[in-house]
Amino acid sequence: MTRYIIRRLLQGVPVLIIISMILFALMMNMGDPVAAMGGRTITRTADRERLKRQLGLDKPIYVQYLYWLVGNDWTKVDLNGDGVAETPGTRKGVLRGDFGTSLSIRGKSVVQVISERLPNTLLLMIAAEVFIILGALLIGVYSALRQYSLWDNVITAITFIFYSMPIFFIALLSMYLFGVLFKQWGLPYLPTVGMFDPQIGQTPGQVALHMVLPVLSIALISFAAYSRYVRSTMLEVMSQDYIRTARSKGLPRREIIFIHALKNASLPIVTVVGLDLPLLLGGAVVTERIFAWPGMGRLFLDQVGRADTPVVMGILMMIAVAVVVFQVITDIVYAWLDPRIRYGT
Amino acid sequence: MTTTTATPGPIAQLTHDVLEAPPLTLRDLAWRRFRRHKMALFGGITLILLVAYALVGTLIYPESYANHNDTGQALQAPSAAHPFGTDPIGRDVLARTIYGAQISLLIGLAAVTIETLAGILIGALAGYYGGWLDSVLMRFTEAMLIIPEIFLLIVMAKFFGNKIPDINLFGRIFSGSVIVIVVIIGLTSWMYLARIVRAEFLSLKENDFILAAHATGTPNLQIIIGHILPNSIAPIVVSATLGVANAILAEAYISFLGLGVQPPTATWGNMLDNANSYMDTAPWLWFFPGLLILLTVLSINFLGDGLRDALDPRSRTV
Repeated sequence: MTRYIIRRLLQGVPVLIIISMILFALMMNMGDPVAAMGGRTITRTADRERLKRQLGLDKPIYVQYLYWLVGNDWTKVDLNGDGVAETPGTRKGVLRGDFGTSLSIRGKSVVQVISERLPNTLLLMIAAEVFIILGALLIGVYSALRQYSLWDNVITAITFIFYSMPIFFIALLSMYLFGVLFKQWGLPYLPTVGMFDPQIGQTPGQVALHMVLPVLSIALISFAAYSRYVRSTMLEVMSQDYIRTARSKGLPRREIIFIHALKNASLPIVTVVGLDLPLLLGGAVVTERIFAWPGMGRLFLDQVGRADTPVVMGILMMIAVAVVVFQVITDIVYAWLDPRIRYGT
Repeated sequence: MTTTTATPGPIAQLTHDVLEAPPLTLRDLAWRRFRRHKMALFGGITLILLVAYALVGTLIYPESYANHNDTGQALQAPSAAHPFGTDPIGRDVLARTIYGAQISLLIGLAAVTIETLAGILIGALAGYYGGWLDSVLMRFTEAMLIIPEIFLLIVMAKFFGNKIPDINLFGRIFSGSVIVIVVIIGLTSWMYLARIVRAEFLSLKENDFILAAHATGTPNLQIIIGHILPNSIAPIVVSATLGVANAILAEAYISFLGLGVQPPTATWGNMLDNANSYMDTAPWLWFFPGLLILLTVLSINFLGDGLRDALDPRSRTV
């Protein structure tokens, strides 16, 4: 088992290197990071060149990639522009955990910038994920037990609609209904943008209130695919022999469904959830933009606009590593839950 | 509460007539299964209506009208003169949804063409030749799958943004960003199809008829295109159909973020750019394009679901 885990993690390494090269090459053409730096406009050409040299942006792309990956403390860099490399480099490189310093948020390391935003995103996404899983299990099991009934068909149609819904449409609709119309009708209404009311401050109550609409939007869109999946695995399990045996033994129906059937039907769902979990880190770009939620998605969007390569690469590589790690974890959990599966060493 | 028994699905009732009738071709069988799918039929009809909306509308409103702005008419609520209202610079929203429909549908189809070609090429090469080529191509596919599509789209849209000049086609001017969007959606969505095609090729190439083709000295390219590909067409068709829906959604997301097709060319997506600033004051700005996107994507998903059932060779229902 240990050898299997190590082998799987090692297999992820070339994949991560390929994707980091592709992304790094793409980031090189994003515009001039010096131009958007810290809100200041640097007009003198000499200043711009000096700044670029200090940041290492004057180097050819493969050198920049190398410094980003392994750092430059093993070599000397030319800071004063006389063509002689004299100052020892200070960067340690991604492989040693140094993601560099943000280009546009001055004086903050990428790790700092990300760790400021990550809790906000996780709060939003984990809450949504909990609703998604619970809702999908409930709806999926319900419609599987009543296959081809009226309710099953209605639920199928509704899940298809939500599945096809662009997230901004449902977000705008729910904002309009619960934020604007409810206010006009004199009903209790929900806040539509931000994370808290600046006049009240960031209290848990405020944050929870501001979370309702984004969580609702994300959950409604994503639960559709999950519940279809639960329905089909549940249908498959319910037609198996051991369920018939349980039924013929006269076990209570509730026990058959929730203990015998659901346990096995959840196995494939564990895989789907496990593979989706790392994506929560990236947040929801469009949703966070609409609801002005200060999370990872907004950070990513802003920093792409400012050509802030270190931060953008940091976010993307964090997601990429999480995806690889979660793939392995999902496999292990699956093997642990399902004794029929054994991974060879 | 009724007890549910495990029903194995509807069983074909072969009546005397059916048994006497000449055997059905695969196409007839598929059509029969498809027709039974009420939702797929609904999807197909809605799609035809949407295409008609995009084409017939052109006859009523010229494109110059859709791009004509009159700030005196800005942000008017729906009325007889402007059934869908007007936007912040006084353009007619109805006319813009018509021209937006053309571009959005076009982007969906064109992006899927690229996606399908790339997916088939990579999947076929990996599945047919195997070995190191398979390893390299599959590692590349995995690498592309690792980053969520929306992030790749944003990075690529920024990378290629505004580098292609406007194009003049059929007397109309299209923003060069249309091509950019088509290419980047195609290039970020081929991975699942490549895996499907590879799996099909892996299993099909072991068949006797391929062995026979090899024995008679058929060139590899002809085996791939003439013998294996036609046998794996069903999953490709289904995946491409659903791909159109995803491409239209992807265009809408990326244009919504302001990184997609640039004005004055209208798409449903870029009509929604900045719509959240007018969320409460001018709901008609985002409601109509949003509804059209939803209808289109929903119809295509229904259609794709019906096709999946109809084209499934294991399906026994007639």
